[in-house]
Amino acid sequence: MDFELTEFQSDLATGVRRLCEGRFALDTLRRAEGSDRVVERDGWRQLGGAGVFNLCLGEDTGGLGLGLADAALVFEELGRALVPGPLVASHLAAGLIEGADDGSVVVGLVERPSGGSGATASGGLAIPVVPVVPVVIEHLADLDVLLAVSDEGVTSIEPSTLDATRMGRPMDPLTPLWSVSSLPAGTPVAGADVSARWRRDGAVLTAALQIGAAAWTTELAVEYAKERKQFGRPIGGFQAIKHLCADMVVRTEVARAAVHAAAVTVDQPDVGDALVAAAGAKLLADEAALANGRSCIQVHGGMGFTWEVPAHLAYKRARVLATQFGTDHELAQSLAQSLAQSLAQ
Amino acid sequence: MDLRYTQAEQSFRTGLRTWLADTLPALPSKPSPNDWPGRRAYDTHWQRLLFDAGYAGVDWPVEGGGRGSSPVEQLIFKEELERAHAPYVGVNFVGLLHAGPTVIAEGTPEQRQRYLPPILRGDEVWCQGFSEPDAGSDLASLRTRAVRDGDEYVVTGSKIWTSHAEVADYCELLVRTGAEDSRHRGITWLILPMDSAGVEIRPLTTIAGSAEFAELFLDGVRIPVSNRVGDENDGWRVTMVTLSFERGTAFVGDLLEAIELLSKSVALAHRTGAWSDPGVRRQAGHLKAELDALWALTKRNVSQAARTGVPGIGGTVFKLAYTETRQKLGEFSLSLLGRAGLAAHDSEGLDGLGSLPAEAMVEDWLRGISLTIAAGTSQIQRNIVGERILGLPKEPTRGL
Repeated sequence: MDFELTEFQSDLATGVRRLCEGRFALDTLRRAEGSDRVVERDGWRQLGGAGVFNLCLGEDTGGLGLGLADAALVFEELGRALVPGPLVASHLAAGLIEGADDGSVVVGLVERPSGGSGATASGGLAIPVVPVVPVVIEHLADLDVLLAVSDEGVTSIEPSTLDATRMGRPMDPLTPLWSVSSLPAGTPVAGADVSARWRRDGAVLTAALQIGAAAWTTELAVEYAKERKQFGRPIGGFQAIKHLCADMVVRTEVARAAVHAAAVTVDQPDVGDALVAAAGAKLLADEAALANGRSCIQVHGGMGFTWEVPAHLAYKRARVLATQFGTDHELAQSLAQSLAQSLAQ
Repeated sequence: MDLRYTQAEQSFRTGLRTWLADTLPALPSKPSPNDWPGRRAYDTHWQRLLFDAGYAGVDWPVEGGGRGSSPVEQLIFKEELERAHAPYVGVNFVGLLHAGPTVIAEGTPEQRQRYLPPILRGDEVWCQGFSEPDAGSDLASLRTRAVRDGDEYVVTGSKIWTSHAEVADYCELLVRTGAEDSRHRGITWLILPMDSAGVEIRPLTTIAGSAEFAELFLDGVRIPVSNRVGDENDGWRVTMVTLSFERGTAFVGDLLEAIELLSKSVALAHRTGAWSDPGVRRQAGHLKAELDALWALTKRNVSQAARTGVPGIGGTVFKLAYTETRQKLGEFSLSLLGRAGLAAHDSEGLDGLGSLPAEAMVEDWLRGISLTIAAGTSQIQRNIVGERILGLPKEPTRGL
């Protein structure tokens, strides 16, 4: 048992961090704030070239043949850089939708409203379905393919055929939103097993984005706390501020251990229940990203409430991601269900 | 990142599991919590059994007489003992986890020869005399005075939070040998024989009603200079060296016990009908996520110790998170007990509910309150995270 990153994994994460710093610097990304389209095609293909989408595909199908644990490390870096776009959806779709794997095709995902309980067709434990009323679709103008996921499986919808309304003032200025009153049936492309797997892996990768952002807001807050002086001292020297920052570290590290463990459990099914691990990881990662986003704003004081300081972008992105692949309430209920099940055994 | 155990690790686990299954049924019944001589006898008997089976001091280096197990084996050792409900380390705690490792690292060959084997065999019990009524979080301000008189130190002062003092043979004692304001530069580490003249022990009753701690009053106690570990005035460093023996496994037993308590709480909620409340289920589900994450963090910290040989800062992060989760779990179990939780005494529920497990849950809730205070309060831990991990400016400290 060795739960530390391998040298390869550290290098992989460092490589993606370098790519993000060069190609997806926040100042550059921010130029697209409020736009219909935030996915820049050339950049998306570069992400594809770096393996962001085909990482987990088998080598025989043109992928890198790596595990979800490796993908989680990559997504942590993407989350840290606040890279916008349907990253998780395109990763999941690689191998199923042609061109998703190398970033030449941008794929989005939406949960088909079912009104159901969130249980999978097989009746087992599942990452629950977000009750989607209205049906909100992220990044529609950027999508080549929209996939709708339900308990029964995955269908493909031609984005241009949707009668969608652009939602004004999206919470996250880098996540444009559309709403539709109904989703067409679309063309079936995968079965129930795939949607169950996507919900699980999607929860893990979304959680990875969240811990990346949680780590970034911690750094942003600490940097400011060291520079900003009041009462003749850097404010980070005051326990009131220092302890806010310490709590940010604790949330991030606890959630990171959970996310990494969930990803490893998907890759190594013998070590535990991957669905339970995924639900717990998403729950804690969402909380860490949200609480750290808020603390980051608080540490910045009045400046944190300005549009200019990017703390709010991380906080708002965390809010968006917290509605995908299971909300706090649903994840906790799902974990409670697993507790009841192990009691019955 | 690999969560699978190697063949060697698995066979260590299997061997231990077999030994536990053979050994535990023959143990005598547990003594009552306030029966100190009984507790000493029980705990030291268990330590002797471990010693005879080659499991004493799994976390001690071979040169100290220990097993010299890898951090992962230490994790497995603690996990298996907890899952089998084996006795706790109990009165052997200070000897095995603090005084012993200190003597290994800093003691003379004579001191090692004299003090280490009896700790491993369960023959001798140690207690700790570090904190004082006026030196808690600010340990470096301790005032218990040691004055050199020929081959002896003459020690006067008082210590507090000294667990197992009533039944201890020796005390690891921090004393002031430097000037009054010398802080960490004027502290010396001494071995105090507890039967020395001038040692008075007064039990201290906790909010749980047990005499878990004692105060120690030292009035002109004479301690041979040969009982000094490390140099005079170098005791602060000597103490800190011991902390580096921690391999991220300090809370393994505690954490697994908490996971079991959550399971018992869920069972109780099913019996009382509280489980039909989504709010109750949500709290339980959240606690499960936290406890599972802390188990993952334990494996992360142990792996880091295995790689680098030194404990990372992960232990501080773990303690901050675990202690608060444990307290939440305590509150959760008490809320499920309702008015049955007003007494630490099992009572019969109505309508065939059967006996409600109040005694264990109330005790656990009360003990849990000490977790964010003992071994560095959460406030001090946050300072450590802020200053040592994040590099934020230090607190202004008198004399530093």
